[in-house]
Amino acid sequence: MSAQITEGTLAEMRELIARYPEPQSALLPMLHLLQSVEGYVTAEGIETCAAVLGLTAAEVSAVATFYTMYKRRPVGTYYVGVCTNTLCAVMGGDVIFDRLKDHLGVGNDETTDDGVITLEHVECNAACDYAPVVMVNWEFFDNQTPESAVQLVDDLRAGQTVQATRGARVCTWREAERVLAGFPDDRADEGPAAGPATLAGLKLARERGWKAPAPDAGRATGDGGAATKVGAAEQADTTRAESESKLDESPADVVGGKTDEPIDVDKHSGEGSS
Amino acid sequence: MTDTLTPVLSDDWDTDRAWTLRAYERAGGYQALKKALTAQPDELIELVKDSGLRGRGGAGFPTGMKWGFIPQGDDKPHYLVVNADESEPGTCKDIPLMLATPHTLVEGVIISSYAIRATHAFIYVRGEVLHVIRRLQRAVQEAYHAGHLGTNIHDSGYDLELVVHAGAGAYICGEETAMLDSLEGRRGQPRLRPPFPAVAGLYACPTVINNVESIASVPCIVANGAEWFASMGTEKSKGMTLYSLSGHVNGPGQYEAPLGITLRELLELSGGVRDGHELKFWTPGGSSTPILTAEHLDVPLDYEAVGEAGSMLGTKALQIFDDTTCVVRAVLRWTEFYKHESCGKCTPCREGTWWLVQTLARLERGDGTEADLDQLVDLCDNILGRSFCALGDGATSPITSSIQYFRDEYLAHLTHGGCPFDAEAATLFAAERVPA
Ligand SMILES: Cc1cc2nc3c(=O)[nH]c(=O)nc-3n(C[C@H](O)[C@H](O)[C@H](O)COP(=O)(O)O)c2cc1C
Ligand code: SF4
Ligand code: FES
Repeated sequence: MSAQITEGTLAEMRELIARYPEPQSALLPMLHLLQSVEGYVTAEGIETCAAVLGLTAAEVSAVATFYTMYKRRPVGTYYVGVCTNTLCAVMGGDVIFDRLKDHLGVGNDETTDDGVITLEHVECNAACDYAPVVMVNWEFFDNQTPESAVQLVDDLRAGQTVQATRGARVCTWREAERVLAGFPDDRADEGPAAGPATLAGLKLARERGWKAPAPDAGRATGDGGAATKVGAAEQADTTRAESESKLDESPADVVGGKTDEPIDVDKHSGEGSS
Repeated sequence: MTDTLTPVLSDDWDTDRAWTLRAYERAGGYQALKKALTAQPDELIELVKDSGLRGRGGAGFPTGMKWGFIPQGDDKPHYLVVNADESEPGTCKDIPLMLATPHTLVEGVIISSYAIRATHAFIYVRGEVLHVIRRLQRAVQEAYHAGHLGTNIHDSGYDLELVVHAGAGAYICGEETAMLDSLEGRRGQPRLRPPFPAVAGLYACPTVINNVESIASVPCIVANGAEWFASMGTEKSKGMTLYSLSGHVNGPGQYEAPLGITLRELLELSGGVRDGHELKFWTPGGSSTPILTAEHLDVPLDYEAVGEAGSMLGTKALQIFDDTTCVVRAVLRWTEFYKHESCGKCTPCREGTWWLVQTLARLERGDGTEADLDQLVDLCDNILGRSFCALGDGATSPITSSIQYFRDEYLAHLTHGGCPFDAEAATLFAAERVPA
């Protein structure tokens, strides 16, 4: 056992395993935990997971190499990911990424000599309404410019406290990995609930007095709303009568026709595009 | 007439410390759960069927019907897996929802699990969103402490365990069967169907997989009724939904409206396309949905009408690109994404996406010939419908649609000997960098 993987680590791995109906489900969290302990996925870490789960090292390795968040080389204190998927790239992500490479003197997926920053371009991080986006240890830095991104990495290298736009004060990459493994750091209360873009539609609706229909809207059609029926069952506690009354109450009807064959569920849902 | 915008899911996003249990309960949170627990599970399935709710993860499959496929009275455990992988380029609705009001999702999970008789539920959230994961973890902790989760929930005799599970960076894990393999601790690769997850999903047991927004829509349906929900939207696309506007617009962000609003209306509301520029092309629901143009501004954004316009509603991720954007560059970048994210299981997608990138890159550099365009179309023909899962199909969408609408722009790269656009002009900070 290395200096880093301790009895405590093994105990935490077993704690993770206990959260799942089947042990191997804990493998992804265990790999996140390993990264928090060792700074990347080491050969020894893979052996440890394999031993704990009763798998071969090859099996664990096949999983670890499949996912981009598991790193095969030590990561800096701060992992800086610049979104260069189409929307962010067009909005300035490409320029930001180039500027950071120049400024830090590193290429993609490389770490500065002082070990502070690992720079990589990342895929769409589900923050396109804040493009261009930079992630630091998976915290959101919204609406970046080349100048703000350079300032950001300079602050990180100078050891200053850095506050995410929609998130907490940035912790280290290893600390972040520990949270991802499933061990909360109790910093959920930091940062805002939402940024301005998140609230754009809501703000407009408030200004114009727009609202969803009042809850009894359905009753206007003459038939009691379904929620009212559930409520009625609550009082009467005669669920039999309730389900009978349901039968004639389907104004919304089921979309897409009826079928009992599971075939359609997954054929259709598998065609999903998200 | 319903109002133009109808905040329901987003209605509490501006409250103080919206993510806390206290704020959520003060706004009436967890009342729907209490109501649901007095109903029979089947009644809830009927309710959701009646509401017309369709999956918000992209495919629009009726949620109640999906739940109805779960076998009744079998001895196997049932599972609910919430798809919080949100990685489809352009899609950015689930993440802000979970950041602002994670309890809406947690309450939805409990009600939905009760309806399908699941005793174990998982929120599979992409790993690259640290603070969202913190908020989810906290919400789940709070829900346990309040007795909304755990054993004998509110004396109903119903037990539920809920685990927040962070992924590790793989777009394909958003595909529901790949997600199951990933949750079982394997490489995230899609499974052959049948068997379907409703019959043999997680650990070969009956499993429902639903998108975050789908599950988060359940509490309001229970609270207000199926008819209330169905009073919003269009004939076959019911309810309100989150539209995400991004790109070259003056007011990017989340707009919650009844299904069927048009992009023209959304742009008018939000301040339009970036000043001094015009709409060139847009995606209705992420990069896997064929692009549309200014001709389509009046298409109602519901499942049917967007389909008729030759695309798909998808995730309602409206990525807007103005006249400064090179469509070839945009498409190449998306294609590189699909190549990178192809899981490698099937040949048409694994090899095909590689060839697509080669050919597109050549065209973008101005090194190609017109024959390359035909080759692109051929390659797409060989991928579409021949791939093992919808990732391969999605990879062809931007290519075929962009060639359909912008063939000349591809050709201009050849005559110009490279990209005729100034990439700087497309950036958000373009104005600030006008030479002094
Ligand atoms: C490549 C690929 C990626 C997907 N990513 C997501 C995703 O991130 N989130 C999501 O909810 N659905 C995603 N889907 C769709 C799911 O397979 C599935 O249809 C959906 O989660 C079902 O939930 P719903 O019925 O509530 O929409 C993806 C599908 C494919 C093919
Ligand atoms: S289509 Fe692509 S992502 Fe889907 S199974 Fe085939 S190789 Fe994997
Ligand atoms: S494209 Fe960058 S966050 Fe979506």
